[in-house]
Amino acid sequence: MKKLLKKVVVVVCSAAVGFVNGFFGGGGGMLLVPLLEKVMKCPVKKSHATAIAIILPISIASAITYIINGYFDWTSVLSVSGGCIAGGAAGALLLKKLPTGIVAVAFALIMIGVGVKLTFF
Amino acid sequence: MFFKIIVFIIIGIAGGFIGGMGMGGGTLLIPLLILFTQTDQHLAQAVNLIAFIPMSAVALIIHIRNKLVEFRHVLITALPAVTASVLASLLSKRVEGADLSLYFGIFLMCLGVYQLVSAIIALIKKKKSQEGKQSAENKRELSENRQD
Repeated sequence: MKKLLKKVVVVVCSAAVGFVNGFFGGGGGMLLVPLLEKVMKCPVKKSHATAIAIILPISIASAITYIINGYFDWTSVLSVSGGCIAGGAAGALLLKKLPTGIVAVAFALIMIGVGVKLTFF
Repeated sequence: MFFKIIVFIIIGIAGGFIGGMGMGGGTLLIPLLILFTQTDQHLAQAVNLIAFIPMSAVALIIHIRNKLVEFRHVLITALPAVTASVLASLLSKRVEGADLSLYFGIFLMCLGVYQLVSAIIALIKKKKSQEGKQSAENKRELSENRQD
């Protein structure tokens, strides 16, 4: 019974993550990691890696839906993707050298600030 | 045009950098695109979804090689998530760009507060474990001194 309940929780939470990622075009990974860690008892590193394996098919499916809906622009897609790959490699390489705790706090403050700007101004 | 492409690339680097550190780059990429390039909310979301694919595909290959992916968790989560995400993508088309920006702002504030709280808790834990190590070292030094 407890196992079944856990499965139901996981399925419902996953659907919620998929919904958020499709509706807002991102952000699902940040919800998936705690789901994997806290509910499915996956170790921290494995949670981050597994989250990518789950988010990738979600992103491909929603990206196709967005493109079919007419939201696509070559210039922005190509230039942002190129920058993203370079930035992603740098971020992954520097992960061990940077004070991640402080970066995380700074990033959270930026998110709150941007959120306030988009909501109230 | 040239200037705009440079801005796009810089925004991509910033989003990719945070994403590469595993902190959800998309939540940074989308607002940067809206605030600095006047991209429509829907298009910004589409750009983020597409830009995420090549980077995460590379990361995923590395993680699979390092045996960090728990495949038994993938199927049970990916199936409902993919279904819900396609439905949500169809739904978001029906929402006005300005309204979607507003909802996205609220979503960002919630995520930011959550991220802030968990980051502070992690910092405190780290500090405590360091202090724990230090006091253990101090005790060892004391007992060594006594032996002298």
